[in-house]
Amino acid sequence: MTSPAEVAGLLGRTGYLCDDELATVTYLALAMQRPLLLEGEPGTGKTALAEGLAEALDLPLVRLQCYEGIDASQALYDWDFPRQILHLRALEASGGAGAEEAEKSLYDERFLLARPVLAALQQSPAILLVDEVDRADDEFEAFLLEVLSTWQVSIPELGTVKAATPPIVVLTSNRTRELHDALKRRCLYHWIEHPGLERELQIVRSRAPEVSEALGRQVVGVVQDLRTRDLTKPPGVAETLDWARALHHLGTADLDLESAATTLGALVKYREDSDRVKQALDQLLRT
Amino acid sequence: MRTSSASTAEEVRGGDEILLAFTRALRAGGVPVTQDRTHDFLAAAALLGADDPTAVRAAGRSTLCAAPDDLARFDQVFEAFFNARHGPPRPRPVVRPESSAEQLPIDDNEGEQADEADDVIRAAASPTEVLRHRDVASLTAAEKQRLATMFATLDPRPPLRRTARHQRWHRGQVDASRTLRESLRRMGEPAEIAWRRRAQKPRRVVLLVDVSGSMSSYADALLRLAHRLTQGIGSVETFTIGTRVTHVTRAMRTRDAERALVAAGDTVPDWSGGTRLGETLQFFLDRWGQRGMARGAVVVVFSDGWERGDAAVLAEQMGRLRRIAHRVVWVNPHRGKDGYEAVQTGVLAVLPFCDHFVAGHSLATYADLVEVLADA
Repeated sequence: MTSPAEVAGLLGRTGYLCDDELATVTYLALAMQRPLLLEGEPGTGKTALAEGLAEALDLPLVRLQCYEGIDASQALYDWDFPRQILHLRALEASGGAGAEEAEKSLYDERFLLARPVLAALQQSPAILLVDEVDRADDEFEAFLLEVLSTWQVSIPELGTVKAATPPIVVLTSNRTRELHDALKRRCLYHWIEHPGLERELQIVRSRAPEVSEALGRQVVGVVQDLRTRDLTKPPGVAETLDWARALHHLGTADLDLESAATTLGALVKYREDSDRVKQALDQLLRT
Repeated sequence: MRTSSASTAEEVRGGDEILLAFTRALRAGGVPVTQDRTHDFLAAAALLGADDPTAVRAAGRSTLCAAPDDLARFDQVFEAFFNARHGPPRPRPVVRPESSAEQLPIDDNEGEQADEADDVIRAAASPTEVLRHRDVASLTAAEKQRLATMFATLDPRPPLRRTARHQRWHRGQVDASRTLRESLRRMGEPAEIAWRRRAQKPRRVVLLVDVSGSMSSYADALLRLAHRLTQGIGSVETFTIGTRVTHVTRAMRTRDAERALVAAGDTVPDWSGGTRLGETLQFFLDRWGQRGMARGAVVVVFSDGWERGDAAVLAEQMGRLRRIAHRVVWVNPHRGKDGYEAVQTGVLAVLPFCDHFVAGHSLATYADLVEVLADA
């Protein structure tokens, strides 16, 4: 990787089309070995970037989905207690090893359940996707910070696991709460916007090639217009793709009021919005 | 050889100096730039080419910014610094919370003289207690100053929620992994059964403080209350609403109350402006609330309900807020006054969506509010 253009090209080949700024910040993250913090509206392709990167660089993708109450044993590692006990019983039955050896054999790597962060360190080079980090508690952030700065995890019974090359880390956040400054400082930051008309059209072409050019153009045109209107939840790119595919499945060649109204559930997910969108469609499709 | 390397070094230093000066300007513009971020910025700019303005811009946006608000400020400062046609952006006029420059002696002679003869019980009540029940809007500067110190007597307790995490308990569910771990310690012999229950955590509290013209005499006290709550509970987010929505949590986290108020005063651009509650509420929900800040939270709105905009919009947005939030509390400074009737269009529109509708004009009512919050 020597330039942002090369990153954009590689990602483009996997079907992830990004603008210059995102390509630049991704390039910087790779070159400076810094975690990349992505924020933006839901459905703008934050998670998809990590998936695209994994495919483009041909690296394994390890995903850590954050949620309220997640802690180290779900993110790092855990011991497989039932199997350890079975192992002990088996030792006992065979009348084998002495106490000390038995204990040693208990904390073997085969009883270690590697959770995403440890798995990423072990498999590195890999892509570690920490999804929706804003959902986790702030204590978890502090823990994450430690791993992200040292790239190592110490397991008291086994020793330290250190990544030979640091994994490429992508963090995504929906901004349900402000992340801690300390964590933000470690990361490169990028806010992903909704794509423009031409870009979105390209995305539809590459992600849903079965949809005809004319239908794709109509769909993207309507979605772009809807985003400028006052909706509770403006549709994201994911919704655009869903809608285009839905219309395609129904055999729609030309977007009309009826087909649009029946498939609206793929595009907007609030009752208030669907009323507004129906009104807007009236104007949009008549002209 | 030596001279050439020295000269390139000098050139680079020249470039770096400009970039460093830019980070200074950015810090002055309100983006919290730290030393290590500056370092990253220089490294990123060097990688992308410091002679290319778009590259420097991209490097700065990714390394120096950490929130959408920062991005907007960054663009402003960048324009002003590198394409200075209009000069640097002017700092906002600093609006400080009402100062109490005249140090009036603390006494209430007037009251005593008037009441001495006929009202023995009134005279027996301590001045502190009287001040607790006085309407904040009617206080003199000196009384306000005394009241400010009394905010420390409020003892906020956070509302609690259950979390996904468990904690050890003497009854409840069986804690399988702990039980197994215990038995492992005894070489696999079954041992004592461990129990667990859901742990509890403070629920988020979101304060929306109306700082429009009609609320201006209460804004100071309400922000003091917000500061006290932030210091006491922790998981509190504060916004001011008026014609715009301003996130002032960072200012409220400042430990010293006076400084916190000055910092809030510096960030809020619409002191004593108009009120468009519906629209500002919608903006809050779109930008923060819906994403999760208000989700499952206790939302407290401090406003008198004087709505200049469309009451229907306000009702619709309150409905949205009600569906997202755990509890909605409306604090109206006029509620506790004699002869108050809920007749303002704004208040009528929001009442169906509120769990609690409480007064908020004196310290005593704030103490009641603290109780309402703890039980929410």
